[in-house]
Formats: sequence, C-alpha cells, structure tokens
Amino acid sequence: MISFSNVSKSFRKARVLDDISLDIGLSERVALIGSNGAGKTTLIRCLLGEYTFDGEVRINGRDPRQERTAVLGAIGFVPQLPPPLKMPVAQLIDFSAALCGTDPARIHQLAQRLGLDLTPILVRPFVKLSGGMKQKLLIAIALGREAKVLVMDEPAANLDPEARKIFFELLAERQEDVTMLISSHRLNEVSALVNRVIEMDMGKVVLDDRVADDVSLSGQFACRISIKRSEAAFIKAMGAWNFSDIGNGLEWAGVVPGPDRLRFMGMTSRYVALISDFSLAEAELKEVGAAAPCVPGNPLRGQAAAN
Amino acid sequence: MKQLWLTAKLDIVESLRARWFQIYTLVFGGIVALLFLFGLTESRVLGFIGLSRLLVTYIQLTMAILPIFVLITTVRSVAGDREAGVYEYLLSLPVSLAAWFWGKILGRYIVIFLPVFGAMVLAVLIALLRGIEVPWGMFGYYTALLAVMAACFLGLGMLISALARSTDMAQGAAFLVWLTLLLFLDLILLGVMIQGKVTPEVAVTVALANPLQVFRTAALALFDPQLIVLGPSAYVILDLFGVTGYKVFALAYPTVLGIGAATLGYQLFRRGDLP
Repeated sequence: MISFSNVSKSFRKARVLDDISLDIGLSERVALIGSNGAGKTTLIRCLLGEYTFDGEVRINGRDPRQERTAVLGAIGFVPQLPPPLKMPVAQLIDFSAALCGTDPARIHQLAQRLGLDLTPILVRPFVKLSGGMKQKLLIAIALGREAKVLVMDEPAANLDPEARKIFFELLAERQEDVTMLISSHRLNEVSALVNRVIEMDMGKVVLDDRVADDVSLSGQFACRISIKRSEAAFIKAMGAWNFSDIGNGLEWAGVVPGPDRLRFMGMTSRYVALISDFSLAEAELKEVGAAAPCVPGNPLRGQAAAN
Repeated sequence: MKQLWLTAKLDIVESLRARWFQIYTLVFGGIVALLFLFGLTESRVLGFIGLSRLLVTYIQLTMAILPIFVLITTVRSVAGDREAGVYEYLLSLPVSLAAWFWGKILGRYIVIFLPVFGAMVLAVLIALLRGIEVPWGMFGYYTALLAVMAACFLGLGMLISALARSTDMAQGAAFLVWLTLLLFLDLILLGVMIQGKVTPEVAVTVALANPLQVFRTAALALFDPQLIVLGPSAYVILDLFGVTGYKVFALAYPTVLGIGAATLGYQLFRRGDLP
C-alpha cells in the first residue's frame, strides 16, 4: 500500500529524515509518534508529495509527486494546525469536493454527525471558526471522499469528548478498507486507535511495533465514579465528558469511548484523592445504547452503568 | 481546466475579502474621481483636452502605483500563504501543480486588472454622461498597456514568490526589483550619459529592457509621437522601431517578460518543496 524506500531529506545542512524505509499495508492503523523535530511532519509531507527528497515513496505503486492527482485523490489529510483560509466554509467544501470528485452533501452529513451544523456558518470565513469547528470540518472533508489512505496529524486534539467518540466510530466504519497514519507527540493520545506504532527520533525510525488491542474502535465503556465530596473542578470535568450526576454530585455515570479510555483515566487520575469508588467496564452496544442518554440534554438518571 | 478555474476562483474570492484589494480598488477609483473633481478634463496640456487629457494623467499615475502594488501584494499573498500553512493543506488535495500555479496567476490577474480597467471604464461613462468626446483609439491602447503592465509585474511577482522562502524575503526582493527598475528610468540614464560613461545606444538599450521605461515611453508616444521630451534617446528608439513599431514592442516585450518570469517561477515551484 505505502512504501518508503531509503527516504532522506535535508534542509540546508540539517538532516531531517535519515534513510527511512517502511512498508505499511492495507488496513494498518499506524501511530507515528515522536518529539518535536523528530521528522513526523516531514515524512507526512514527503508522503503527500509536497517535499522533494532522496529515495522513493510509493502509494499503491504510484509516485505522489509525479501522479499527484491520482494519488492524492485517494488520500484524506487532516493537518495539525488548521490553515488560515479566508474563504467561506461553503467554498472550501465545494472546492475540495469538486477536486476530489465527491458530493458536498456527504461532507455536510459527516460534519453533522460530528456535531457541526454547517448551515449557519456556510458564509463565515474558515479562519473565523473556533478550533474545534475547524477540526471537525477538516475531518469531514478528509472522510467525505473515497480515501484509501487517511493521514492525520493530531486529529482529535481539538475535539470535545462527544465528537471524539463519533470520530472514532467514523474511523471504525472504514478501518477494513483504509490505511491510517496518525501522527502525535504522545502515544496515549492515539494508542487505542492504532495497531502499529512507529516512533521517530532525529529523523530515524527507532521503534516499529505491532499493538494488540482487544477493544475495537467503536467499543464503549460504561463508567461509574463515586467521590467523597462535591468539587467544582471535578463537576466541570465530568460535564465535559458528558457524565450525569446520579447522586447529589457524589455519584457520576457515563460512557467512555474505548479508544479514549486511557485519556479518560488520565483525567480522573487528577482527582484520585477525591474518588472513593471507580468502575469501568466494557459495555455491549445494546447496553451503551441504553446508557446513551448521558449526552447533554438527556441525562442518565438512575441507570446503573455497568460492573 | 476545471482545476485551473477552481483555483482561479479560489484566489479571486480570497482576494476580494482581503483588505489590500479594497484599498487597491479605492485608489484607482479615487484617482479617476479626483481627476474629474479637479476639472482635469477642462485643462489643456500639449494640445490635449477632455478625456484624453484625463487618460494621459491617469496612465502616468497608474504607472507609478500599479507595479509596486502588484509586486508587494502578490508576494505577500503567495509567500504569506505558504508560510502560514495554507499550501500544506490545499496542496494535499488532488490538484495538479500546473493548475494550481497558473490558476493562481489567472485569478490574481483578474483581480488586479479589473479595478484599473474599471476605473477607466468609469471615466468613459462619466465622459459620455457629460457629453465629452471619448478618444476610443487612445482608450483601447491604454487598456492594452495596462493589461500588459499588470501581466508583466504579476509574472515578476510570482517568480519572486517562488524564489523566496519567507514573506519578509519576498517583500524585500520585490521592493528591490521595483527600486532597481525605478533607478534605471531615463533620467538616471541621461545623467550617466552626460558623464560620458556609456554610449547612447547602450543607455537606450538598458532603458528599453526596463519595463517601467517601456510603458512610460509608450504612454508618452501617444501624445508626443516624435518623443521630443525624451531628447536624443528618441532618435535611437524611432530609428529602431518607428512609432507604430514601438507601440507594438511596448505591448509585446513586457508580455514576454511577464510570461517568461511566471514560467521560470513555475519551473522552480514544481521542482522545489511546496509548503
């Protein structure tokens, strides 16, 4: 599917990629991790045919630089920093849909699923949207076409928990026929999304490992937390995760998307002195459906989540 | 073709929302309005009166403003977009590099030429309403001259944008190019000639290689066909081209220069790092 053969890239005297050779197969979900300056973004830009380099990059046997239109038509890309585009949202959608040969309605539907209603913002310049809105729109554009490769740089960084859950579901729907390359500074941000981890440092691959995770991308965890006393910061954090108060601020219940559980536990660890009881159990989709009312405006009342 | 037009449309919409475009339109529309307001059509110079007097002044002013405006806004926009990460995203979409580069040029050309031309059309409309005679031949040639001037400096701007890796460098280079062209206008050359350092032929050749001087001389030729105001240089120019020949040269040479610079810019763009 994707092959990097002896890829090297230098900027003036600085060698940013140093003889990288990698093969990534169909339906592999790869986390590309490493600190700042490790070479992740440069590798992605080489993959997208944006940089010149020594060596060879092939996507399905094709050169992304020489056969741009054919190759990039099958790649969905979400950048880490949204570009400061002054064009209105409607034009960005129409422009990318026209280039990718897709129906703009598909992008609208995906944005809607991610919780972004495009109708009131169609005439607004893209650059004026909030960080989360930009991210959702770029994800909708990337997923709203027949992409065979998804290249995403910190794709969920600006998403709220509900949107993250739906984003994971969207990826899960396409995981069988799509190769994903997800770049991140930290493994815990993307660990549950991937089945292979490639770590880069100083322009070299320093780790290439397969990951086994029994929880699918669409898996969900029912969670219940009891605390010793009510704390405003904790209540705010629970609200951000769409948890519902089922016991006068002392007992909370909600659903955590499987790929997000590590991040969720990282958040709860900040309140470890406050927590008296904690349960997290993988839930069947049916159970999750029953617990789904924990989304805002539909509080989960009196439902024992799990365990 | 579809990709080219999509990119051009994108650039047009981006430019229409940019502040530089509003100022640019205001400047040229404002010049025409002010020239009418100050009764320029009533004054006489070298036998010119009415709209031809206004057009002569308008093109002289445009020649002073348009090149630097086009150079700076083009390099700011193109190099600025690249620096801000716009290219990283938009060039990850399936658009060919040729369609992207030439589409940007097409869109920008429409945006920079229309206000200048629009101001001339406005002048003609006002003249028609006031019953002033319109010199259509002069209007046509000046329109062609403005179209060529815009193309020439847009091409140079795109070349500078392809060469420079940052907005600051691109702006500095654009300003330097404009300053150099300004320095080699005939006044400086005449000064050099007076000192006897160069032959008149060399000085005139240098002047004719300078698009700013070419436009200036062509605009002068319309109301001073013998180019008396140019002094001895006129003999070399008229011997070489003749009046009509020079008018054709003034349209052809800057066009070739602009397209040549843009083509070189495209070759550098497609062979280098895009973002």
